[in-house]
Amino acid sequence: MLVKTVPGLPLLPVTPWTLSGQVVGVLMNDPQALAALGEAVHAAPYKAPPVAPVLYVKPRNTLAAPQPPVVLPRGIEALEVGAALGLVIGRTACRVPEARALAHVAALVPVADLSVPHTRFYRPSVRFKALDGSCRIGPAVPLAGIDPDALDITVAVDGVPVQAASTARFQRHAARLLADVTAFMTLQPGDVLLTGVPFGAPIVSAGQTARIAIVGVGALELSFEREAP
Amino acid sequence: MKTARVAHAGAIHTAHPHAQGLQLADGRVLAEDQVVWLPPFDVGTIIALGLNYADHVRELSKELTITSQDEPLVFLKTPGSVIGHRGQTRRPAGVAFMHYECELAVVIGRPAHRVSRDEALQHVAGYTVCNDYAIRDHLENWYRPNLRVKNRDGGTVLGPWFVDAADVPDPQALALRTLVNGQIVQQGHTSHMIHDVASLIEYLSAFMTLQPGDVILTGTPDGTVNVDVGDEVACEIDGIGRLVNTLVGDELFGIQP
Repeated sequence: MLVKTVPGLPLLPVTPWTLSGQVVGVLMNDPQALAALGEAVHAAPYKAPPVAPVLYVKPRNTLAAPQPPVVLPRGIEALEVGAALGLVIGRTACRVPEARALAHVAALVPVADLSVPHTRFYRPSVRFKALDGSCRIGPAVPLAGIDPDALDITVAVDGVPVQAASTARFQRHAARLLADVTAFMTLQPGDVLLTGVPFGAPIVSAGQTARIAIVGVGALELSFEREAP
Repeated sequence: MKTARVAHAGAIHTAHPHAQGLQLADGRVLAEDQVVWLPPFDVGTIIALGLNYADHVRELSKELTITSQDEPLVFLKTPGSVIGHRGQTRRPAGVAFMHYECELAVVIGRPAHRVSRDEALQHVAGYTVCNDYAIRDHLENWYRPNLRVKNRDGGTVLGPWFVDAADVPDPQALALRTLVNGQIVQQGHTSHMIHDVASLIEYLSAFMTLQPGDVILTGTPDGTVNVDVGDEVACEIDGIGRLVNTLVGDELFGIQP
C-alpha cells in the first residue's frame, strides 16, 4: 500500500494499529432506500435495481477526527449526516469466502459520512461525497465478540433523537459485503469498509450539532459551522 | 528529468533512463526486464475523468444522459488498484468487454485549494502514463462507473517514468496512442481534451484540497477495444513514456472455472 496514514485519525487497539487512509462505502444497503425510489428504480437512468454493491470512495482529503468543527463551504447550506459502521481490515483480504470474511476484520469504527444532499444516484458529482473533512472517524474497538450485523445506530441533532436504525436491516450483511467487494478489489490492513448509511439520514446546517452512536462500538459528536467569509 | 521506482536484488531503487534500459541511483545499469517496475510516485487520491475527449463522448453517446457541457465527469479510484509498468493484470473468464484506456496522468506537487486556472499548472509535480482498465460487462447505472468496472486489482496501470513538470511545458500538446500486440488501436491528442489540465485542477481544488501525490487521470480518446488473455497492451504518450501491461487469465490466481 502506498497511501500514508492521515494524521488525526484514531489509532487501533489491535494490529494493524493504524488506518491506511483508504475508505470505501456502500450505498443502498438499506432496503428502505431502494423502496423509497419506487418505480423509478426500473426506469431510466437506472433501468434496473443494483445487482452488485453500490460502492463509493471517501478520498483521503475527507478523512478527519470528529473533534474539529465541520465547516460548510461557501455555497453549501446543508449536509446529510450519514451514520455508518466501518469495518477496519486486519488481514489482507482478496476474494475472501463469505464464511471466512469476518476473520479479516480487526476492528470497528463509528463513522460520520457527510454528503451534499442528493437524490439522484446515476452519476452524481464527485463533490457530493468528497468535500474536505467529510468523513469523520471515531474511536476504534476490536471486533472480538461484536456482531456487526446486530448493531443499533442512532443519530441526534441538537440533542434531539432523529434517527434510530440497525445494521440488522441491511440487505448485505458484513460478511457478504466483504466477499462481494474483495471478489474484485483486495482490501489491505487498515482499510475501512463502511457497511451502509441507514435510510433517513438527517440533514443539518451551520450552527447545529449532531451525535452519532453505534451501540457497543462508539459515538461521534460533531458541530457544524459556516465558512468564515 | 525522468525517474522510475523499481525493485531489484532485494531493494527498491530510484532509476533514470539509460541507453541500455535504466540506471539505478547506485550506478547499476540494467535492462527493462531485469527489474520490477513500481508505480513511479507515491500514489494518493486517484481522480479519473470519465469522458474528457470529444470523440470518446460520441463513442459512448448511446449510454449517456448528459452532455460534455456539464461538470467534468469525475470518479475516484483507490491506490489498491495500482500496478506498475510491465505488470500482469487479470482478465477474468466470462466477460465480453474489457478494455484499456490510455490517459495522461497529472501528479500534484503543491497542495491546491481553490486555485485558479491561471495558477493551476504551478501545482503540478509531473506526469506519467496511465492505462485505466475497465470491464464494461459490470457497468450498472448506480454511481457509475462502478468500482467493479473501474477499481479492480491491477486496473490502474501507472508508469514507467515520472516526468518532471518542467520537462512538459504544454500538457495539451501531447500525442497518445495504444497498441495491442504491436497494432495501433487507439490514437489521440491531448489538445482534444474537453476540460484541459489547468481547468481540471481549478474545478477539483474548488471543493477538495489536492495534495502531493494525488493524480488526475485526464480521460481517453475513442478507440477502446476489447483485449484478451495473452494480449500485450502498450500505452504511449510522446515525451512521457511507453507503458506496457499483459493480460493474464484466472488460472494463474488459482481461480477455477
